[in-house]
Amino acid sequence: MNVVVCVKQIPDPAAPAALNPGTNTLDRSGKLIMDDSDNYGVEMALQLASGEGDEVTLVSMAPGGETSGLRTGLAMGAAKAILISDDALAGSDALGTARVLAAAIARANPDLVVMATESSDGYTGTLPVQVAELMGLPSVTFAKAIAVDGSSVKVERQTEAGYDEVVCPLPALVTVTAGVVEPRYPSFKGIMAAKSKPVDNLTVADLGIDASQVGAAGAGQEITDVSDAEARGAGEIVVDEGDGAQRVVAFLEQLKVV
Amino acid sequence: MPIGKVWVLAEKGDSGPTPVTLELLTEARAVASTVEAVAWGDDAASLAGPLGEYGATTLYDVGDLGGNLPGVPVAAALAALIEGGNAPDAIFLPATYEGRDVAGRLSAKLGRPVLTNVTGLVEGDGGLQSQHPIFGGSQIVTARFTGEGPAIFVIRAKSFAAEPSGGAAAAVTSAPVPDVAATNTAKVVERHVEERTGPKLDEAAVVVSGGRGLGEAANYALIEELAKLLHGAAGASRAIVDAGWVPYSHQVGQTGKTVKPTVYVACGISGATQHLVGMKGSKNIIAINKDQEAPIFSVADLGIVGDVHKVLPALIEALKAKG
Repeated sequence: MNVVVCVKQIPDPAAPAALNPGTNTLDRSGKLIMDDSDNYGVEMALQLASGEGDEVTLVSMAPGGETSGLRTGLAMGAAKAILISDDALAGSDALGTARVLAAAIARANPDLVVMATESSDGYTGTLPVQVAELMGLPSVTFAKAIAVDGSSVKVERQTEAGYDEVVCPLPALVTVTAGVVEPRYPSFKGIMAAKSKPVDNLTVADLGIDASQVGAAGAGQEITDVSDAEARGAGEIVVDEGDGAQRVVAFLEQLKVV
Repeated sequence: MPIGKVWVLAEKGDSGPTPVTLELLTEARAVASTVEAVAWGDDAASLAGPLGEYGATTLYDVGDLGGNLPGVPVAAALAALIEGGNAPDAIFLPATYEGRDVAGRLSAKLGRPVLTNVTGLVEGDGGLQSQHPIFGGSQIVTARFTGEGPAIFVIRAKSFAAEPSGGAAAAVTSAPVPDVAATNTAKVVERHVEERTGPKLDEAAVVVSGGRGLGEAANYALIEELAKLLHGAAGASRAIVDAGWVPYSHQVGQTGKTVKPTVYVACGISGATQHLVGMKGSKNIIAINKDQEAPIFSVADLGIVGDVHKVLPALIEALKAKG
């Protein structure tokens, strides 16, 4: 079974984030790392594709030929990666990105495509389904458990009230929520091996995509303003001297909650 | 009115339309001269009354989906209506499990972009512009569509207050699903409803949330107990959801639910931007955290710098003693 996992390489969430002046796009000029949300997809894929002849391929779109995040996924155990990097992609919106990823994923001829429910930085949360629609695949979003049974995939899908058991024929696209599996830490051996695993570098032209469909040129949306949100007024901060609980009770009483 | 016609994707809850459906209809009325709704399910037509009461004049009934997930068939039905020459200027979808699926499918089908995580709408340049919180809600980005419509907005719950217009029941029009055989194959075979005691997370007047500061998964029981004593719901930070302590459905924040309760109690939550964006709209915020520098204190009305392992049990005891 061929499983593709889409991996987003994002600015370290621990570092302060900023917008590029002028374009108002997210500043991605610093070091990029694999989005934490993608740990779960990579782990899930490795568990599902653990048989003879099974293979996990990572697909990522990132500026500047960035592979540091991809190496993390390769160190976890993925066999190879496809990276799409092209100056023409700067300023892409979710649909433009979906066009690129759909074309790149198709090259790996997957039985199953796994993605995080949404990225930690952009969090539009629509990209996976846009990719599925462009590829003509069925999709099951918000998976908290995935099992492959022959030619179909069985998913426990998170719902408002609990979860649904959903069955879907392969090939299909599934998005996973965080916390569904315990992602493995790359071993030293894995980290060393990842350095020599193949990364296929592609451009927009390689994928046969019209450059006017992607990047800022293809984005059908623009930012018109960025402003500071209204700040909340300062509250009362007290150090617990054994009376912390009583302070909370008094506050709740004042609000007539208790 | 900035625009002519808006469609609202209506979802059915335990009884009637979900609260976010009514919020979206109310906002649609404020920005458009005509508001129409779209719903699915074998009893979708039963929503015509309440949807009309909030301003929808027409209800497009997609009908029963035969157990298939809604994303593909509902988007296909909408696309068919649009291609039939009936396009609205904008489509409002709730940022829910199904709303996001329908929006993504429709966007790719029409080749139109989608703006998600909308928390406000403003008029500008002859059209609608959407507002999005970024960096934990410390800044607001305003965006607009540049090409042809319809503009697809995915809107977060609690962004607008719902108010009825007192309108008559919406006229029901059938909007059947066209043939989408290849993609319309994900089928629900069984539904599992998890027991919930107390109110829903995004509807509760009191929300008590726990984070990494709880130390271990077993201590989440303290959060549940306090929530129960306050007749509220139990929430969680992304950190402990990622760690597998509690299910995703409890998550409050950017990638989880937006809550705006009367009282939000954050216990052992540092207040990463990811979390703040989902709760800083709460009326009153109480934070308990041992790190005085934790960003959660910047939004707290009452901050207790202390150990949750001491403060929480004492608080639970004190509330029990009050009866």
